[in-house]
Amino acid sequence: MHGHDFPLADATLTALGSGALFWRAESLLCVSDLHLGKAERIARRGGALLPPFETRDTLARLADDIASTDPAVVVCLGDSFDDLAAAGGLGEAERTWLMQLMAGRRWIWVEGNHDPGPVDLGGTHRAELALGPLVFRHIARPDAAGEVSGHYHPKARLARRSRPAFLVDSRRVILPAYGTYTGGLACHAPPLAGLMGPQAIAILTGAPPRAMPMPRR
Amino acid sequence: MAELPPLFADWFASRGWSVHPHQAEMLARADAPALLLVAPTGGGKTLAGFLPSLAELADRPHEGLHTLYISPLKALAADIRRNLTAPVAEMGLPIRIEDRSGDTTQTQRRKQRASPPHILLTTPESLALLLSYEDAPRIFAGLRRVIVDEIHALAESKRGDQLMLGLSRLQTLAPGLRRVGLSATVEDPAAIARFLARHPDPCEILRADPGPDPEIAMLETDTPPPWAGGGGRYAIPAVLEELRRHNTTLIFHNTRAQAEIFFHALWQANSDNLPIGIHHGSLSREARQKVEAAMVAGELRAIVCTGSLDLGIDWGDVDLVIQVGAPKNVKRLVQRIGRANHRYNAPSKALLVPANRFEVVECRAALDAVRAHDLDGAPRGPGPRDVLCQHILIAACAGPFAADTLYGEIRAAGPYAALSRAEFDDCLDFCATGGYALRAYDRWQRLKQGPDGLWRLRDPRSARNIRMNIGTIVDYETVKVRLKNRRGGAPLGEVEEAFAASLSPGDTFLIGGQVVRYEGLREMVVEVSRDRGRAPRIAVFMGTKMATSTLLSDRVLGILQQRSWPDLPGHTADWLALQRRISRLPAPNRLLIESFRREGRAHSCIYGFAGRNAQQTLGLMLTQRMEAAGLQPLGFVASDYATLVWGLEPLTDPAPLFTRAGLRDALETWLASNAVMKRTFRASAIVAGLIERNMPGQRRSGKQATFSSDILYDTLRKYDPDHLLLRITREEAMRGLVDFSRLEAMIDRIGDRIDLVAAPHVTPLAAPLLLEAGRVPIEGAGAARLMDEEAARLMAEAGLG
Repeated sequence: MHGHDFPLADATLTALGSGALFWRAESLLCVSDLHLGKAERIARRGGALLPPFETRDTLARLADDIASTDPAVVVCLGDSFDDLAAAGGLGEAERTWLMQLMAGRRWIWVEGNHDPGPVDLGGTHRAELALGPLVFRHIARPDAAGEVSGHYHPKARLARRSRPAFLVDSRRVILPAYGTYTGGLACHAPPLAGLMGPQAIAILTGAPPRAMPMPRR
Repeated sequence: MAELPPLFADWFASRGWSVHPHQAEMLARADAPALLLVAPTGGGKTLAGFLPSLAELADRPHEGLHTLYISPLKALAADIRRNLTAPVAEMGLPIRIEDRSGDTTQTQRRKQRASPPHILLTTPESLALLLSYEDAPRIFAGLRRVIVDEIHALAESKRGDQLMLGLSRLQTLAPGLRRVGLSATVEDPAAIARFLARHPDPCEILRADPGPDPEIAMLETDTPPPWAGGGGRYAIPAVLEELRRHNTTLIFHNTRAQAEIFFHALWQANSDNLPIGIHHGSLSREARQKVEAAMVAGELRAIVCTGSLDLGIDWGDVDLVIQVGAPKNVKRLVQRIGRANHRYNAPSKALLVPANRFEVVECRAALDAVRAHDLDGAPRGPGPRDVLCQHILIAACAGPFAADTLYGEIRAAGPYAALSRAEFDDCLDFCATGGYALRAYDRWQRLKQGPDGLWRLRDPRSARNIRMNIGTIVDYETVKVRLKNRRGGAPLGEVEEAFAASLSPGDTFLIGGQVVRYEGLREMVVEVSRDRGRAPRIAVFMGTKMATSTLLSDRVLGILQQRSWPDLPGHTADWLALQRRISRLPAPNRLLIESFRREGRAHSCIYGFAGRNAQQTLGLMLTQRMEAAGLQPLGFVASDYATLVWGLEPLTDPAPLFTRAGLRDALETWLASNAVMKRTFRASAIVAGLIERNMPGQRRSGKQATFSSDILYDTLRKYDPDHLLLRITREEAMRGLVDFSRLEAMIDRIGDRIDLVAAPHVTPLAAPLLLEAGRVPIEGAGAARLMDEEAARLMAEAGLG
């Protein structure tokens, strides 16, 4: 397991190369923006056809991370489903697989902007989650501290290559999107550049994850 | 020789015309079930094709459709209707002639189906559409003759394969049908004859007098061509001089981007304001039609163009053809030269303009080949199965069919004569279920077998979608460009979606010869304003990059082996001599590899002379093997003659990298995921009906279309690697963009004769590759090392680490 450790509000967190965040002391695995069922939603809206396999791909990567970290708690940080119908429209096999992953752990669905309501899959639903020195929510708040969030799908460039990235400073970490085929926002774009402090670093996903000063263009 | 019927003889005489021998011969052989006419441009080929039809229709009245004429170009069909209508009216013949294409109005089309004309002029796609209707048997019942024009061009593409499947269908509907093919000069008429005829019937071949040899030479310029690059801008003063001396000149370029650059530069130097137009496939239809009309009206002195004018309407007063850039293919060059001087028995006049010094050698080789009547060509192999899948779906639209009958009919088409029953069944299964990985999805479950054993559409409403996706031409994803103003603005043309995505407001680029400024993207239309910017970017049109033919490559190698080069201009001879002094010259049965350091990177230049596509493939496989050997390659670039690889460690022992088995292994691994395969997959998936074309007005965001076919490819690779479409993609890529056969031929040719030359610096022959476009980065250990180093440097710089 490739990981990069960093401190946040007295906690030590590990950015995994897959885009998941691991909090070893609490045995907590956190992923953001799974966007399960994206293909299904686009097809329903009559857009170009995406094949239906991206959900399985995302679940396969999540299963790998769960196998290697064996967390007691899993936090899905919002936009886990592309919309409510996507959650309902999940195939039987995918549904079963997700249930197996959930079995025996505390599983918390934090609400996102794409999937505001509860879904019929078990687990706990929260608008946000406070745990020790940290707070987990979907969209970062400018004045927050010890905050773990997602939503923006940040990306960063290094040596002319662009990768999904964690953005970290002394107050917060913003997670990259975990879902397969989700787009991204360059970290120098205004909302991200404005949220992150001057000493912010970007941790690029990949094997191994690589830390660099957050690019500001 | 057959006598002309008196009515026709009188008409010819009234015009002061005489009948060409091959025209009379066509009449004499009117009863042949299949007949191929090979004649040069300007030889009255089309009339030769129609004479038997006109004679029969003049002789006795006919109810309904008698002759179907198929041309690759809509414009050609419309033009021929006009040319044919005149003599028919003048002779007072009771013959109704109409054309039909995507541009024909709905009312007109309905009328044509209800009451077909005697002669219908159309395109392969419009024919396929007609065959998809339930009333096709009634429309075609009385059909006697079918004329396929420009069959040499159709035979090189899937459009021809689709057409031949269509002819097989027609033959069932009208058993007495006779086939005529009209072809330009080709290297292997027998292959085209087999393509045309009903298998296994024979096909007669009729050769017209080829006419005098063309007058062809290299353009002499005061300034020598540059070391590298395309474009040929250095030759503009000399080209302008030629334009002044001739009535009308066609200036051919190999790519649309080069045509744009050249046209722009030509206008900047055009102090006499000669009327010059530009014509290529990415310009809007309005822009192209304007240029065509001006040309027909004799208002233009020159047209800068691309392959978009390889075929088409004859312009009688074109008296010079200029080819800018390497000719790449002798046959195509000869056909382009034929565009000049369409008067029979007058020599065509052409000038070649090499864009750089290497192309001087290739132009020399092409001139020699043209003079020796040495034409290149490679057999195309059996008809592709994506076209077959589409044909099966079209058959289902027309009505229920029995698999056995359809299989028999398909095997009667030349390109599919060798199709096995298992291959056919695979295609049928794909059409019925979508294949194993997709079987759970309704949209791909299109056919079902009834209790009567016949196959039919599962949902009759799907016929509409199938019809909308008919055709085998797959365009790259493009977006329209138009001037921004309050009323919407004039359409200028199209650019590749990927290029559009790379633009930021304020960027300038060239289109239709004007410099425009990017303003924004609105509803998938690029909005621009006029700009006088000096250094525009070049719009990217991917188009197909044609590889230099084996024949030309061999001839170039032959020239390089000469002791001296009295036939070449001094600058080029000096350049080759310098190469011989510093390194070596590539030889036919050896492989030259040069290695040198430049800008801190180890470079290796491999002179395989296998054509651009195969050199590209070589680059991909070689870098993969170098990665495995720990040489940390960072990227490569390929030309028609060589591949240049750069990386962190030098290549010192090349022989183990060039074994046939090793390259095969590398190919297998590499085929998994690369842009070439995805591009090929997308085309085949659209043709086979796995994904749908993007229809105008359909909702679509950004990169979604390309995106979805890429993902579908990855998905099938992962969950259904034996899926029919993946097998088809592989076959297509192997003979198209991957061109592995040419690479294998190269490996066999060189054996173990590999010469590694350690050069002190970049060599004269390698220098042009440093400027070649299309550099491919390699994501491997080398790239990882660079990222680690860069991250560490940045962290240290910021005081963070």
